[in-house]
Amino acid sequence: MEFSTFVFYFFAAVLVVAGLRVITARNPVHAALFLVLAFFSAGGIWLLLSAEFLAITLVMVYVGAVMVLFLFVVMMLDIDFARLREGFWKYLPLGAVIGALLAIEMGLVLMKGFGGKEVAAAAATITNVTEPIECSNNICELGRVLYTEYAYPFELAALVLLVAMVAAVSLTLRRRSGKYAEKYISPEAQIAARSEDRMILVKMASEKEEPEEPAAGAQPGKAGQ
Amino acid sequence: MNFDVSNLYAATAEIFVAIMILMVMLVTAFARDIARGLAYSLAQLTLIIAAFITFFTLDAEAKSEFAFNNMFVHDLAGSILKLMVYLSMMVALIYGRGYLADRKIERPEYYLLALLTTLGMMVMITANHLLVLYVGLEMMSLSLYALVAFDRDAVRSTEAGMKYFVLGALASGLLLYGMSMIYGATGSLELSVVKQAVPGADSAVLLFGLVFLVAGVSFKLGVAPFHMWVPDVYQGSPTAVTLILSSAPKLAAFAMAMRLLGGALPDLAEHWQTMLMLVVVASIVLGNFAALAQRNIKRMLAYSGISHMGFMLMGLLSGDGMGYSSAMFYAIAYALMTLAAFGMVVLLSREGFEAENIEDFKGLNRRNSWFALLMLFVMFSMAGIPFFVGFFAKFSVLQAVIQAGHLWIAVLAVLMSLIGAFYYLRVVKFMYFDEPADSAPLNASGELLVMLSINGVAIALLGLMPGTLMQWCEGAMKVTFAAAVGG
Repeated sequence: MEFSTFVFYFFAAVLVVAGLRVITARNPVHAALFLVLAFFSAGGIWLLLSAEFLAITLVMVYVGAVMVLFLFVVMMLDIDFARLREGFWKYLPLGAVIGALLAIEMGLVLMKGFGGKEVAAAAATITNVTEPIECSNNICELGRVLYTEYAYPFELAALVLLVAMVAAVSLTLRRRSGKYAEKYISPEAQIAARSEDRMILVKMASEKEEPEEPAAGAQPGKAGQ
Repeated sequence: MNFDVSNLYAATAEIFVAIMILMVMLVTAFARDIARGLAYSLAQLTLIIAAFITFFTLDAEAKSEFAFNNMFVHDLAGSILKLMVYLSMMVALIYGRGYLADRKIERPEYYLLALLTTLGMMVMITANHLLVLYVGLEMMSLSLYALVAFDRDAVRSTEAGMKYFVLGALASGLLLYGMSMIYGATGSLELSVVKQAVPGADSAVLLFGLVFLVAGVSFKLGVAPFHMWVPDVYQGSPTAVTLILSSAPKLAAFAMAMRLLGGALPDLAEHWQTMLMLVVVASIVLGNFAALAQRNIKRMLAYSGISHMGFMLMGLLSGDGMGYSSAMFYAIAYALMTLAAFGMVVLLSREGFEAENIEDFKGLNRRNSWFALLMLFVMFSMAGIPFFVGFFAKFSVLQAVIQAGHLWIAVLAVLMSLIGAFYYLRVVKFMYFDEPADSAPLNASGELLVMLSINGVAIALLGLMPGTLMQWCEGAMKVTFAAAVGG
C-alpha cells in the first residue's frame, strides 16, 4: 500500500465516522463540531488530489465562517434537548427496519459493483481531452474552466444565491408599522423627554391600607405619555 | 478552451429573463407605493417578451443545437415546454393577484420569486448536463419553498413551507447522490456523453445511481411513494401559490425525466421502466382512492394530481417516441386543467373566506351558471370523459402503454379512472343539484373572469381539436430523440 493510499483511507474513515456522528450526536454543538471535523477530513482528501485551493477554501469558508456562525446560533438559542429527543423511541423500530433494508440493498448492489473493473475507463476513450492548460497552479486552472467551460452553470449558481437572498428577505423583513411599530424607539424622542411630561404627582390624603387588593400597591400613580 | 459569444444567442430567452429579474428587483426596491403593480406588470411583460423570443427562435425542422460546451440544448421539445411554462405562469399570476391583494400579502417579492422559479424551469428544460440540470432544479425549488411560506404570518403556510423544504432537500440529496454515481460510472456529467458511455460502464454502479435518480425525479413530480408532501403543501400554501406549484413545475419535472431517463439512460430503459411501473401503479391507485375521502377541494385536487402524474409517467413506460410525446401532451393538458381548477377555487374565495371545501361549490349553477359550466368542463376533462382534452391525454398514454405490451397496467388505469370519476362528478352534482350554501355574489377582477373563461373554453376546444398540439409533441420528440441517437 502506498503512503498516499494509506492517507486517503485514514481521511476517508475519519470523514465517515464524523459524518455519522453529525447525525447521531445528541447535542447540536457536538454535531456542529463533528461537521467541522468532517470538513477538515474532506479538505485533506482534496489536498491528496492536489486541489489545494479548494481544500483551503473549504476550511476557510465552511469551518472559518459558516460553522462558526452556526455554532453561535446554536449556542444563543435556547434549545430544549428533551423535546428534540421526544419520539425517538417511537419512530426507532420503523426507521431501523427501513434503514437496515436500505443498507442491505445497497450492500447487495455494491458487492457486484466497484470490484475489479476500472471505473470511468469507458468514458476515457470518449471524453475529448481538452488542450493542455499551461497553468501550473490550482487557482489559475479553476479560474480557466470556471469562466469558460462552466460559465453557464457558474452564472446560474449566482442566480441561485440571489434566490436565497430574495427568499430570506421576503420571509423575514418587516417594515416598522402596524403592530410591530412599538418595538422601534426613536432616540431623539427619548432624549427630548422630560420628567414633567411623564410623571404626574398627585396629592392625596393618607389612607389605611386595605388587605383585599395587595397587588394594587405595585401600580405606580399614573404613568404614560 | 475558449468562450464563444455566439453561445449567448442560443440562450437569449434565459438571459432576457435573468436581466428582467434584476430589473424588477431594482425597480421595486425604489418604487415604494406602486411597487406591487409595477412588479406585476413587469413580470407579465417579461413572460410575454420571453414567449416571443422563444417562439421566433423555434425551428420545427432543425436538429437539436448545443451551446455552452454542450451544456445547453436548444430543440423543439424545449421550446414548446418553455412556451407552456410561460403560459402557465402568466395565467397563474393573473389568477393569483386578486387573491393575494385581498389577503394583504401581495408583496413585490411574490412576482420576483415567480420569475426566478420560471427561470429555474427554463434552465431545467434546456439542460444537457447534470450540473446545469441540478442548478436549475434548485433555482426552481428554492423559489417555490419561499413562495409556499409566503403567507408568513399564517401557521399553515409556514408549516407547509418547512415541510416542503425539508423533504425537498432530502430529494435533492438523493438526486445528487444518484448523479454522482452516474458520474463515477461514466466519467462525464454531459448527458449525451453519458449516453454513449453507458454500454461500457460498470452496470452495478449505474443501477445504484439510477435508483436514486428515479427517486429524486419521482419526488419532484409528486408521485407515490414520494407523494407525502403533496396534499399538505397544496393545502397549506396560499391558493395563489398552489396555482404555480401544481402547473408549471410539473412540465419542468417532465422535461427532467425525459432528458435524464430518455435522453441519457435509454440503455437502462428496462430497469427504470420497471421502477416507473411500480411508481405508476402506486400513484394511480393511491391518488384516486385517497381523493375519494377528501372534503377539502385543495387536498382532493392534490391527490388527483398524484394520479394524473402517474398517468403521465405511463407514457414513459413504452420508451419510444410516441410514448414520450403522449406523456408531454399529458403534462401540458394537466397544466391547463389544474390551472383552471385552482382558478375556480380562487374565484369562489374572497376576503376572509377560503372556498376550500367541496361543499363550497354547492349550488354554483344558481349563483353563476357560466362558471358552473366551466367547472363542469374542468371536472369532466380531469375525469377523462370524451371530447375534453383530458380524455385525449388519457387515451394517448393508454395507447402507448398498450403498445409497450403492458395491457394489465392499461386495464388497471382505466378501472382507477372510473373510480376517480366519482369524486369529480360529485363536485358537478354539488354545483347543479344542491342548494347554494352561500349566496354571496362572486366578485373577482375582470382579468380573472376573462382568463378563467378562456382557460375553460380552451380545455373544451383542445378536446375537440387535439390534433395540432399532438402533432407538435410528436414532432418535438422526433427531433429530440433523433438528435440523441446521432449524438
